[in-house]
Amino acid sequence: MSQIPSQLVEQLPAVQLLLTLLAAPICSMFRNGDLSWRIATVASWASVACAFALLHQVWGGGSISYEMGGWPPPWGIEVVIDELTAIVLLLVTLFGALVMTALRKSLSSIMRHQRQSLYYTTFLLCMASLIGITITGDAFNVLVFLEISSLATYTLIARGRDRRALTAAFRYLIMGTIGATFILIAIGFMYMLTGTLNMADLSERLPEHYDNKVLHASFAFFTIGIALKVAMFPLHYWLPNAYTYSPKATTAFLAATATKVSLYVMIRFIFDVYGVEFAFGQMQLGTLLVPLSIAGILVASLTAVFQDDAKRLLAWSSVAQLGYMALGMALLNANGLTSAVTHMFNHAMMKAGLFLALATMIYRTQSSSLAALSGIGRTMPWTTGAFAILGIGLIGVPFTAGFVSKWYLVSGALDKDWLPVAILLIISSLMAIAYIGKMLDVMYFKPAPAEFADIKEGPKSMLIPCWIFALLTIYFGIDTRLTAGLAGRVASNLLGAS
Amino acid sequence: MIEGLNPALILIIGALLVPLFPQPWRRVYVIALPLVSMLQLVLHPFGTFAEASMYDVTLETFRIDNLSFIFGLIFHIAAVLGVIYAIHDDDPIHPTAGLIYAGAAIGAAFAGDLITLFVYWELTAASSVFLIWARRTESAFKAGMRYLVIQIGSGVILLAGVVLHYRETGFISFNEMNLESIGGKLIFLAFGIKCAFPFLHNWLQDSYPEATASGTVLLSAFTTKLAVYALARGYAGTDMLIWIGALMTAFPIFFAVIENDLRRVLAYSLNNQLGFMVVAVGIGTPLALNGAAAHAFCHILYKALLFMSMGAVLLRTGTCKGSELGGLYKSMPFTTVCCIIGAASISAFPLFSGFVSKSMIVSAVAGEHLTFVWLMLIFASAGVFHHSGIKIPYFAFFAHDSGIRCEEAPLSMRVAMGISAALCIGIGVFPGALYAILPYPVDYVPYTAAHVITQLQLLMYSALAFTVMMLWKIYPPELRSTNLDTDWLYRKGATEALLPVTALASQTTKDLFTTLAKLKEKTLGLFEKTVGPGAWLSRSVDSSGMVALTMGSLLVFLLLYLL
Repeated sequence: MSQIPSQLVEQLPAVQLLLTLLAAPICSMFRNGDLSWRIATVASWASVACAFALLHQVWGGGSISYEMGGWPPPWGIEVVIDELTAIVLLLVTLFGALVMTALRKSLSSIMRHQRQSLYYTTFLLCMASLIGITITGDAFNVLVFLEISSLATYTLIARGRDRRALTAAFRYLIMGTIGATFILIAIGFMYMLTGTLNMADLSERLPEHYDNKVLHASFAFFTIGIALKVAMFPLHYWLPNAYTYSPKATTAFLAATATKVSLYVMIRFIFDVYGVEFAFGQMQLGTLLVPLSIAGILVASLTAVFQDDAKRLLAWSSVAQLGYMALGMALLNANGLTSAVTHMFNHAMMKAGLFLALATMIYRTQSSSLAALSGIGRTMPWTTGAFAILGIGLIGVPFTAGFVSKWYLVSGALDKDWLPVAILLIISSLMAIAYIGKMLDVMYFKPAPAEFADIKEGPKSMLIPCWIFALLTIYFGIDTRLTAGLAGRVASNLLGAS
Repeated sequence: MIEGLNPALILIIGALLVPLFPQPWRRVYVIALPLVSMLQLVLHPFGTFAEASMYDVTLETFRIDNLSFIFGLIFHIAAVLGVIYAIHDDDPIHPTAGLIYAGAAIGAAFAGDLITLFVYWELTAASSVFLIWARRTESAFKAGMRYLVIQIGSGVILLAGVVLHYRETGFISFNEMNLESIGGKLIFLAFGIKCAFPFLHNWLQDSYPEATASGTVLLSAFTTKLAVYALARGYAGTDMLIWIGALMTAFPIFFAVIENDLRRVLAYSLNNQLGFMVVAVGIGTPLALNGAAAHAFCHILYKALLFMSMGAVLLRTGTCKGSELGGLYKSMPFTTVCCIIGAASISAFPLFSGFVSKSMIVSAVAGEHLTFVWLMLIFASAGVFHHSGIKIPYFAFFAHDSGIRCEEAPLSMRVAMGISAALCIGIGVFPGALYAILPYPVDYVPYTAAHVITQLQLLMYSALAFTVMMLWKIYPPELRSTNLDTDWLYRKGATEALLPVTALASQTTKDLFTTLAKLKEKTLGLFEKTVGPGAWLSRSVDSSGMVALTMGSLLVFLLLYLL
């Protein structure tokens, strides 16, 4: 009897991927949107359980290697799960599942019943491919899943009610394809040099080619390609439109997961495949990345302050927050990397929550312009309350999750004696106060427009996930074992590997 | 008594429940709550309790020792007096905000580390602003906003300082600090804002007179005295404080003499009294620190008493302007007596509370042979008697009869004033009880012939000056006027001076944008003419822009790596 669970545990990495991947076609077979939603929700929550089980196994610094189909690496495809993988898995599945739970109500107002099952299919496919990117130990596999996720994302964005969603999706398609092509070229160059695609194998074989121009070109292509997917300044222009025009709740999922997983790929490749010494020593990535990310933080924060559409404002804030993570990585010390990984998780949580709360408001007002949202703090107090908590978290007020990651980031900058950088970070926090404060001011203190004077509180199925996000934001501001504790170990691992 | 339970938590959590009580019970509850909390404090042993660990640092959330005990105690007394004073008011916002505010101030006094201090520091700001807003006038709302911005700003500076201090020293505990590091300087600045240092003081005169009658009583007790405590804890013996304090005692006098709003006069005199405490903290000897703590204790009582009497006048007559009042002693005899007792205390008449504490500070200054500072303090003492001791009661209750006939203050106000007045006299007559709870052992005798005679001379000549000026009618008359303070510089002057600059900037930006817009239109027109019509192209311009950007970046990277 005890054999079965232990066998199941061994197969967990495959189960993690297959749950959502198989649920997707099943969903597409039904014409009944509600039924598909139930299947998708069950699959995603099962996926969360799976991610927790994997996190439990690697907790404290372990790692799992799983051979797909029984083929040993480097010939077969290997699945590698360590602590960094596990936290990103948890991020994708947990926040994905929360959004999925809230999705039904939000979708019913913009889509016919029969179409919905196809939407859930795409959603699941996107989630499955993000899981795939995270767990695979094979460089080419990363690219394949990256393509699947991109295709799914284009579809998700294009389903927006606004006609401009189509253009936004199309632009993202162009940029995404270029990014993927660049990454393909980079991986191709590496394959040319070493003859292997397994990431662990690559990291062993690459050092002998460190002076080879082909590897240098490969690194340049990879950096630009992935920077496009991460939406790093100045390659971020696809993001604001894509987030603004996509269907309301979808934005919550995309903002939480897509860019974070790309950032994860960036960290994996730069630290584990190319190697820290090569990337930051020989290739001087830091000198390029630090000024760019700081410029990105400041420019995007400033742009966010002047937006008059809540969704677009939050999208620009996302660009700024991604700058924080890139900066944390480029600082190349324990505190900086801890902050990058912690903020990956914390920002995913807070931004997903914010977009979801916003989706709940838009569900009633049908518009995300600040003018339509004025005075909503009185008509929808619970939704606005959650929004306020999450917004305060995003600013980085103590006892919220945002404070933890900013604390480590400022510490990281000070560890390097970069006082000006620390000051610029504080200034950017002031800008965050300005743009969050601007929204809260409108929501609480402006009179509501006449047509929205007596709208009702949002539906419970959306409100509860919002509050889960809000309470998690406070929880992770106080108990940091899962976020900063784990990130600290990950950081010393990544730096120790050099 | 529950060991380790912070009285601040009793107050804060208890205060949140206030609105749940129906009216007759609420009155009982809001008085019982601070009394229960005070009992917990008085019975609690000294030491450090309720330690918590967070982000790898140990927080000492409840440290009770000689210095924090006396501040915790007087904050409790002020809270009790404040709620009794306002008990006739049905508005639940007052006891709720007031008790949270008191709890936050007490929590900050018992904070053993800087993080805890920061949390309570911000909570005092966030809770106290409701006491200003509770007046529900447009000007009160605006003043409250200005107050909030400055108070929260002080907290943000404190946090920045704490982070830097922690990085420089590795310690997060709230003990002695110095001004050599940036962190130490920022923390000092944050304390200075709350303590209303010269040029950082305007928020006080701006906001306190705008609060409700009972709100001002509470406001006057906590924020600034918390800052004095924080300075005594962190920066005792910092020479700079002596000069800052001396300046604080002197300059508000001029403003106080010409000010018409009597509550604003009291706000200026509050500033002046703080100066005495700051000087004492700057000297930093045991005698001086005892003096600072004792003066804070007495000051909270008599300043509350004075604000209470003015609040009663405001409630009954609807105004606090010296030019509109006068002759009220016929209608409000009890309030008049209490006001005079408060005035006598603040002027440090022998047998009143101010005398036993202020003389400690003056003796400490004399003991250090700081002659110039000593002279400034003596001048300030005379000035205090002038504007608070004589001007307040004279213009409100005597002077020319304004013809206003009103009721005596409500019973609740009279009870609160009576208790405060009794405490003021009690401490003045039996200083031993106060001296027993001071942070350091006391061997100081206030009632020596020299002390008493010096003080009486000072007071008599000051009174003489007032009388002579009144008789010859050269005393600055009470006019309806607005007096400009240094905040004019940043509230009005800066905006005026910057006007041309901002106008130029906005014009330039406008020009730039119109040029850009024209340029964009021309490019778009060109595309439409040459390549073909349709919205599709104008969108693809953006895409190709993005692609160009990408290719550009790639080129930069490739050139950098391959060359």
